[in-house]
Amino acid sequence: MKIAAISFFSGLIFSAGLILSGMTLPERVIGFLDVFGDWDPTLAFVLIGAVAFHMATYPLITKRKTPILSNEWSIPKKSKITTNLVLGSLLFGMGWGLGGYCPGPGFTAAASLSIRPLLFVGGLLGGMKLYHLTEKVRADKGQEPEKNQPRHPFLKGGRPPLEA
Amino acid sequence: MPSQWLNALLGGFLIGLSVSLVLLFQGKIAGISGIIDGSIVKTNDESDWKRFFLTGMLLAGFIALALDPSLLAGHIRSENWTLLVAGLLVGFGTRLANGCTSGHGVAGVARLSVRSIVATLTFTLAGFASVLLFRNLGWIL
Repeated sequence: MKIAAISFFSGLIFSAGLILSGMTLPERVIGFLDVFGDWDPTLAFVLIGAVAFHMATYPLITKRKTPILSNEWSIPKKSKITTNLVLGSLLFGMGWGLGGYCPGPGFTAAASLSIRPLLFVGGLLGGMKLYHLTEKVRADKGQEPEKNQPRHPFLKGGRPPLEA
Repeated sequence: MPSQWLNALLGGFLIGLSVSLVLLFQGKIAGISGIIDGSIVKTNDESDWKRFFLTGMLLAGFIALALDPSLLAGHIRSENWTLLVAGLLVGFGTRLANGCTSGHGVAGVARLSVRSIVATLTFTLAGFASVLLFRNLGWIL
């Protein structure tokens, strides 16, 4: 119940931030990405503000032994730069520049029930589904070795590494 | 316009606050691509809180729509089908990279994760290239 309430509230704040900052307007986002044309650097301040805020709170929060409503921290520890990380980010960036939406703003704008954000969200869900459908194929080809490697039964630290 | 810069910064603070709240209460990373995937596409025992998060996001959207519909105006100088292709690329790409602008760009960069810094630089540069190719050089528009 508490988790439901705080999650709901956090989602509300997240999208309020996106709307206030202008991230839900694809033409503004494309203007930010248009460094070789009519560049509008304003939206860089969204990332600067969000990162600065979280950089300040992160050490204070993780000083706690556990989160308030959970027994453990689920913070990714992986540091390996994989092909999937770079290739996935390249595809994401191409789509971001093409439509002017990243996942959060696209989903928020879908509340307007207008056709373009709805088409974006439809494609977004389809792309995620496609990823899961092809997951096994890619794993078999050995592109995700970290998930394929058999773990030694006497290896310490039972949990597999989390990804970010 | 100074007000746009200020709104961008304040909006960024709100996003940082939201990410901080999810970490403080649940110890988790508020990555929107993962939240959407886990709520709708590949559900598991994490789906419940993610669905509440998405409901909150939609409520913010509905409030904005009631206050001023132009806040969510999807005006974009491109064809409808490009939005579908854009969604496919973003959906597949963010799953392959395990994160998007929020999980890598905000949460990951703020804790100086090397993976997230690489991802953020990559998708931002790819975004620059995408606008150059598709818009300025007119491959599509």
